[in-house]
Amino acid sequence: MQVYTMFDSDEKGVQVMDQGRRNALRMASALGLVCAGSLLGPMRAFAGEWKANSFEAKGLANALKELGVDSYTMSGEVSVISAEIAENGAVVPVSVNSAIPNTEYMAILIEKNPNPLSVAFNIPEGTEAAFTTRVKMGETSNILALVKANGKWFAASKEVKVTLGGCGG
Amino acid sequence: MSISRRQFIQLIGAAAASGMLLNAKGVLAAPSMDKLYDIPRFGNVHLLHFTDCHAQLRPIYFREPNVNLGVGQAIGRPPHLVGEKLLHHMDIKPGSSEAYAFSYLNFEQASNAFGKVGGFSHLATLVKHMKDSRPNALLLDGGDTWQGSATALWTNGQDMVDACLQLGVDVMTAHWEMTLGDKRVKEIVEKDFKNRVDFIAQNIKTTDFGDQVFAPYVIKEMNGVPVAIIGQAFPYTPIANPRHFVPDWTFGIQEENLQAMVDEARAKGAKVVVLLSHNGMDVDIKLASRVRGMDAILGGHTHDGMPVPVIVDNAGGKTLVTNAGSNSKFLGVLDFDVRAGAVQGFKYRLLPVFSNYLPADPEMEQLIGKLRAPFENRLNEKLAVTQGTLYRRGNFNGTFDQLIVNALMEVKGAEIAFSPGFRWGTSLLPNTEILMENLMDQTATTYSHSTLTEMTGSMIKTVMEDVADNLFNPDPYYQQGGDMVRVGGMTYAIDPNAAMGSRVQDMRLNGVPIEATKKYKVAGWAPVAEGASGEPVWDVVATWLRSKKSVPPLPLNTPRIIGMDTNPGMAL
Repeated sequence: MQVYTMFDSDEKGVQVMDQGRRNALRMASALGLVCAGSLLGPMRAFAGEWKANSFEAKGLANALKELGVDSYTMSGEVSVISAEIAENGAVVPVSVNSAIPNTEYMAILIEKNPNPLSVAFNIPEGTEAAFTTRVKMGETSNILALVKANGKWFAASKEVKVTLGGCGG
Repeated sequence: MSISRRQFIQLIGAAAASGMLLNAKGVLAAPSMDKLYDIPRFGNVHLLHFTDCHAQLRPIYFREPNVNLGVGQAIGRPPHLVGEKLLHHMDIKPGSSEAYAFSYLNFEQASNAFGKVGGFSHLATLVKHMKDSRPNALLLDGGDTWQGSATALWTNGQDMVDACLQLGVDVMTAHWEMTLGDKRVKEIVEKDFKNRVDFIAQNIKTTDFGDQVFAPYVIKEMNGVPVAIIGQAFPYTPIANPRHFVPDWTFGIQEENLQAMVDEARAKGAKVVVLLSHNGMDVDIKLASRVRGMDAILGGHTHDGMPVPVIVDNAGGKTLVTNAGSNSKFLGVLDFDVRAGAVQGFKYRLLPVFSNYLPADPEMEQLIGKLRAPFENRLNEKLAVTQGTLYRRGNFNGTFDQLIVNALMEVKGAEIAFSPGFRWGTSLLPNTEILMENLMDQTATTYSHSTLTEMTGSMIKTVMEDVADNLFNPDPYYQQGGDMVRVGGMTYAIDPNAAMGSRVQDMRLNGVPIEATKKYKVAGWAPVAEGASGEPVWDVVATWLRSKKSVPPLPLNTPRIIGMDTNPGMAL
C-alpha cells in the first residue's frame, strides 16, 4: 500500500516540481472532489475492523493493551523516517516501512500524546508494507511504529522534538 | 580515501609555518603577500570555499569565542576547543597570525598588530591568487551571504548578489537567504543567478508533495574529472527563523535522500562527491559517519574556523569535514589528487584573509563603493564611543549582546531582556566609535521588531530550557546551531549535561528567586510569529547609545556554568 506519490523527473534525472498536478489537486480540493476519490482508500480498507477503544485509550500502556499487544520486539527491519525536529507539531510527516515478511498490520503511536494511537492500517496480503502520513504531536516524544507479522509484534522508534523555535543561528 | 600520517603532519605543519609572528617587542615582521599565501598546487581538483560571510563586504574585526562547549561525544572534539587548548591541538604558535585568526587570545593587541580581516575586495584578490595556480577551481559559497549588514537589508540582498557574481561564485546553498522570503530567493536564483551560479539544496522540498524546489546537486567537469557538489541548506530554517518566509517549503536533514543523491551522482560518473553544507559542524560530523560515498563536507553555519578537517570513518570509507568560519575572514582551499577514478590524497588549508596583506582588488573595491554610496551617510552616523571591546560570539553571551539587553531593559522599562543567540555580528576594539553600520551588523534582519511582554516565571523557564536543548542536546541532529539566548537582568545557573527541563536552575532577579506563577516584564527582539510588530531594535539601541555618548566596559551576565570545569571548550 504505497500511499504517497513519487517525484517526476526530467531527462537529466533532476527532480522538478509538477505545477500542473499541484494546480489540478488544489482545484479538486477546492471543489471537494478529493472526498469522493481514492485518497480514502486506507480508511476504507480499515473500516471493517474499526476499534474505537484503541484510538481513545489514554497513555501508551492502555493503548497497547487495547490493541492486544502484550510485548513487542524492536526490529531493524522496521523503519520510522521523519525529521528530528518538527517544523510544525500539528502536522509532522512520518513514513513507516516494514521489511518483515507477512506484515499484516502497522500502526503509529505517539508516546506522549494524550491518546497515543495515531493511525493504523491493515495490510492485505501481497501489499508493500509502507506508508507516509502526518501525525499531530503535542510535545517532544518518541514515535513508536508497531508492526504485526506472523502473529508477532515488532517495533521501531524515533524521537521527534517539538520546539518553540526562533533561536536563530 | 585514505590519509597517511605523513600527509597529515605535512598538513598541520603547513598551517603553522605560513604565517607571521610577533617578535619579543611585539613588532611584526610581515612577509609579502606572495610568501604569506604561497600555497603550491596539489592534485587536479580544486575547491575554494567561503561561508557565513553575513554580508560583510568591508574588512572587519572578529573575535573568536572563548566559550564553545561540546557535549556528549563532542567533548573536546573540534570545533569544541578554545584558546590555548585550540592552539595546542592544532599545533599553532601562540602570538602568530594564525593564533590571532583562529582564537580569541590577546584579541586587542593582536588586532592592532595584524589588522582587520576579510572584506570582499581582499577576498577577491585571494580567490584570484588561488585560481592562478589552480586552473578551473570552483568557488563555493556555503550560504548566510545575503544577510547580516545594513546594506544587504536595505537592498533586499542585491548588494551581496552583485558582489558574489563579481567574486565569481560558482555554486551556493543557503540559510538566512530564506529570511528575504521565498519569492525573493526564487527571483534571484531564476534571474541574477541564471546560467551563472548553481543554487543547490537536496533538502528543500515542497510541503505538499515533497517535490524538489532547487536542483539537489550539480556535476562539473574539472581538469578531466567529473565532480559532484550536493547542496545542504540549513535543515531547521523554518524553525529557527520565521516559518512565514517559506510557508510552502520543508527542510530537515533528509539523510536518506542525501544518500540517494550521492549514489545517483556516483552512478552518473562523479569521481569526487562533496557536500556543500549549512548543517553546522557537529551535524556534519554525525552525517559523515552515516552517509557513504562523500569525499568531503565543506561546512558552515556554526562559524567554526577550523584549520584542520575532522576525518570521519563510515561504511563507505572516510569523509573530510571542514568548517570555514564567518564574516569573510577565511577562504578554505581543498585540493584533491584524483587518479584512476578515485581520490588518492588531499590537502586542505583554511587561509585567513588578512586585509592588510592582501591588496584590495580594484574592480571589487569599485563595485562595493558604488553599492554603498547611497547609504554612506546613514552607515557612518556616530552613535557613541565604546570603551571596551564589543563582540557577540560565545555560547552564553558577548559584550555587544550585553549592550543590547541593557539598552532594551532601560528603554522599554523591562526587568528582564532576551537577545537571540545569533552567531553573526562583528567586533569593535576599545575606544572606537560605534557607527550605525556597526549596530546594524548585530541587528539587521527582516524581522528585528523589539517586543515587551509579560511572562510568567514558568514561561521564562520553558523558553530557556527549549533554547538550551537546541544547543546542548547530546545528539547533534536535535541541535539547531545557534548559541544560548542572551539574558539581561535575570541571573541563572546552567548544567549543559542535564536532561531537557533540568538544565536551567537557580533563576533569580535581584537575588530573589523567580516565581513560577509571577509575571515579569520581558523585553526582546526578533519574534518569529507572523504579523509581529514593534519598533526596530536598532532604533531602540541607537536611541540609547546617542543618550549615553560613551559606553564603559560592560560586565557580562554570565550564568553559573555547572559541570564544565574541565571542558576544553571553555576559558573564563
